[in-house]
Parts: sequence; C-alpha cells; structure tokens
Amino acid sequence: MFHLNLKSLRGFVLPAASLLLWWLAVELKWSTSPILVSPVAVWNRAVAQVVSGDLWTALSASLWRDAQGFVIGTLAGLLFGSLLGTSRWFEKLLGPSFHTLKQISLFAWIPLLSVWFGLGDSAKIAFIAMAAFFPVVLNTFEGFRSVPRELIEVARVFAFSPLQLWRRVVLPAAAPSIFTGIHLSLIYTWLATLGAEYLLVSGKGIGNTLIDGREHFWMDLVLFGVLVIGAVGYALNHALSLIEKRLLAWRQKTIAQY
Amino acid sequence: MPAVLNLVLSATMTVDLPATAVTESVRPQVPARRRAWLQGLRNWAAGWLLAWVVPLLLLGLWALSSHHEWIALQVLPSPLQVWTTLVDLGRSGELWDNLQISAVRVLYGFGIGASVGLALGVGLGLSRSFNAYVFPLFKAISQVPVIGWLPLLMLLVGIDEALKFLLIAKAALVPVAVNTCQGIQGVANAHVEVAKVFRFTRWQLLSKVVFPAATAQIWNGLRYGFTHAWLALVVVELLASSEGIGFMIVYGRQLFQLDIVLAAVVVVGVLGYLIDKLLGAAESHLLRWRKPGL
Repeated sequence: MFHLNLKSLRGFVLPAASLLLWWLAVELKWSTSPILVSPVAVWNRAVAQVVSGDLWTALSASLWRDAQGFVIGTLAGLLFGSLLGTSRWFEKLLGPSFHTLKQISLFAWIPLLSVWFGLGDSAKIAFIAMAAFFPVVLNTFEGFRSVPRELIEVARVFAFSPLQLWRRVVLPAAAPSIFTGIHLSLIYTWLATLGAEYLLVSGKGIGNTLIDGREHFWMDLVLFGVLVIGAVGYALNHALSLIEKRLLAWRQKTIAQY
Repeated sequence: MPAVLNLVLSATMTVDLPATAVTESVRPQVPARRRAWLQGLRNWAAGWLLAWVVPLLLLGLWALSSHHEWIALQVLPSPLQVWTTLVDLGRSGELWDNLQISAVRVLYGFGIGASVGLALGVGLGLSRSFNAYVFPLFKAISQVPVIGWLPLLMLLVGIDEALKFLLIAKAALVPVAVNTCQGIQGVANAHVEVAKVFRFTRWQLLSKVVFPAATAQIWNGLRYGFTHAWLALVVVELLASSEGIGFMIVYGRQLFQLDIVLAAVVVVGVLGYLIDKLLGAAESHLLRWRKPGL
C-alpha cells in the first residue's frame, strides 16, 4: 500500500539538493554577504507578504494590467490577422509593413510609449497590448492562409453559402493556429507586464515589488518575487492549455471516429 | 555505326513530323513563357509598390504633422530630424561603438547559451534518466522569464558584463535546449528500427540517423534562441547598462531627445530584420539536402 515509485521522485533530487546546499551555506556561514539569505527568511517574507496583503495588492494590479492589455491586443490582433489572412489586397498593402515592424525588439518601444502615453497605466497597457498583438496577428494570418484548398473546394462542390463556408470550414481549420497565437500572446503579455513595471516605474505591481527589493538589497523579497512570477506564469499557461484542450476537443474526436 | 543510325533516325523523324505540328507546338510556347514571366514581374512590381503605399502615406502624414506642429516636436520629431540624427550618430562613430558593444554581448551570450543549451538538449533527449533528474528543475527555471531573473542576478553578480552574458545566455538556452530535446525525441521510431536492423553502432545511429533527422528542429531552436537573445540584449541594456544600442534609447529618452530614441529604434528594427533574413537564408542553405526527399 505504501509502495512508492522511487523513480517518479527522481525529479525532486536536484531541487532538494540545491535547497539543502543553500541552507547549509547559510547555516555554516560560508559567506557573510548580506545577499545570502536563508530559505527560512524567504519563507517568512512570503508569509508576511501574504498576511499584510501587499502581495495581493501588487499581484492584482499586475494581473489587471495584464488582462486589459491582453484583451485589447488580442482583439486587435485577431481583427488585423483575419483581414491579413483573408484579403489579398489587405495583405499586399499592410503585410510588408507589419513584417518589418515586428522585427523591432519589443522593449525598444517602451521609451517611446512612455513619452507618448505618459508614465501612468496607459503606457503600460499600450505596451502589453503590443506584446499581445504581434503573435496573435502572425498566427491568425498563418491559420487562415493554411486552410487546405481541398477543403474549400469540397465546400464549393456542396454549394456552401459564405457563412457556412466560414463556420464549417475556414474557422475550424484555422482555429488551432489562432489558439497558438493567443497562447503565445498570454505568455508574452506576462513578460511585458513585468517589463513595463520595471521600465515605467510608477504605481504598484509585482515588478515594482522586485525593483523595491533590489534597491533595498532585500534578497528574500526578490527571491519571493521570482517565485511568484514563475508560479503565475505557470498558472496562466496551464489554464490556457486546459481551455485549449476543451475547445479543440472535437479534433481528437474526428480522428477517433475513423 | 550507332551514330549513323542516330543521325538517320533523327533525320527521318524530323521529316516525318508534319510542319504544322512543329510550328504549333513550338512557337506559342516562347511568347507564353515570356508572357508568364512578364506577368510574374508585373505582379512582383505591383506587390512591391503596394507595400510602399502605407509606409509612405504614414511618412507623409508624419512629415506634415511635424511641419504644422500638430504634435509637439519634442514628442514627435520630424522624420528629417531623425534622419540627420541617425547620420550624425553614424558619422561621429557613436553608433558604431555602441553597436559593437551590443554585438559582442549578444554573440558571447548567445554562444554560451546555445552551446550549453545544445549539450543540455542532447542529454535530455538521449538519456531517459538524465531527463528524469534534470527536466523538472529545468522546466521550473525556464518558467520564470529572463526579465524575472534580472533583479535577482543584479544582486548576485552586479551590473557588469557578466550580468548581460548570463541573461542573454539564459534567453538563448531555453529554446535551444527544448527544441534539441524535442527534435531528438521526435525521430521516427521506424528509422531507429531500420538502423537497428542494420546493426548500426551507437555512434552510427547518432550521426547517421538521429542528428540528421533532428537538424531542422535544432536549427529552429537556434533561430528562436537568437531572436530571444536579441530581445534580452535590448531589455538588459535598457535596464542596466551605460553603453550599447539599448542604452542609446534610454539615454535619448532621459535627455528627452526623441530623435535619438527613434533613430536607435530604427537601427534595432533594421538589424532585427537583417538577422532574420540572414538566418532564413542560412536555414535554406543548411537544409537544402532535404529538398530532393520531399
């Protein structure tokens, strides 16, 4: 009954070993640098942050910002990407400009945005929306472009109306790629939220927590912030994978039928 | 003898063919091909012209707005001003100095990150037990984006070159390792089985089957890695640097000289574009052996 599969624990060996090493380094005072804080201190800081509500204030501000930028950028990206993918004219007119603009490293926009939108939340949201926009456009475009010609021909043979063609053929065929774009945009917006909070330092947010910790040499706070960032990134990723699996479940079904 | 026979045969054939058939089958072909070529050229030219419509319109609008000062010149300098700033920066050597510093950083960082990532990816892909031990930790570390590690590393190693190399290396490492691992694991079982039937040694299996099959994805990883490295370079230079192309952007912003900012952004964009094209060309060169198979 208590037979534990030892092999499944192999993944914990390295993290546990490094944690032990870290703890030993603090206990045996291998270094007296103030940067070396004990795992216990990080834990205490975490508890303090949760209890005082600081974590919640920072995290909710960041997530709210992230959500606003994500929604704006994704919707704009879906619209632009669909136009680019379905209209040859639109693609010829705007495609090359888009492909050139996307080469500009995302963070290079921040100083410009800070002048154009001020240092408040609007600049941050504009930046986060930009981070969401590019992957969504690219993947939506790819999705519409890669709808197999045969499928459209079959639909023509069956004399599908344009609406039917869209609902039954084009959208289902493009959906996986569009989802990939939205997924990527979620990852990028989280990254962009942090970047915006670092570079446009004003207001609250988990990025500001990290900057604070660094400026005051509070290593425990910085480490705690890194953990939170990782956890949030993981949670967002995981949640979207679940939604994706659910919404695209019909794909597995069609294959299973044959 | 056969040569003569050939000659006779070809002579009879040309004679046998009706003259009308010859003219009909040969003559229309040339203009048709030329027409198709012209059509292609025209399409290409039209596409090229259309591509410039929007940028030129925007540029015109930009020039017009700065001419009439619809938006304060401090907030949006005129295109001419940005251009002269760019030329000035280029002439004074400031641009090249900063670019050189950035290039060294990105190359070192990418070099370190890509080699470690390749080694790690090969290990993760080939050895099941190595994968079991290392992958969870690797995944946890890669879950935190580069920008999350930045404050931590700033405390640990300061804001010297080491910080830049480390961050850029981390940015390159993750996609390289993940793609290498997936490329190796994705090698078709059938290929490995065939290799086993031929009693390939382990080295033969790796060098003749596994790596060639995984090349495309490994290269993909390297390409992503370089893009990420370039992105990380700009971030780290924006946040913690006193030189480099990213610093030029911050510096211009601090002095409220948006012409410098815009000029630097243009340089970053052009470089990103060129790197992308270069890597694309290298890819088609590197993977050209795959074409006949397809």
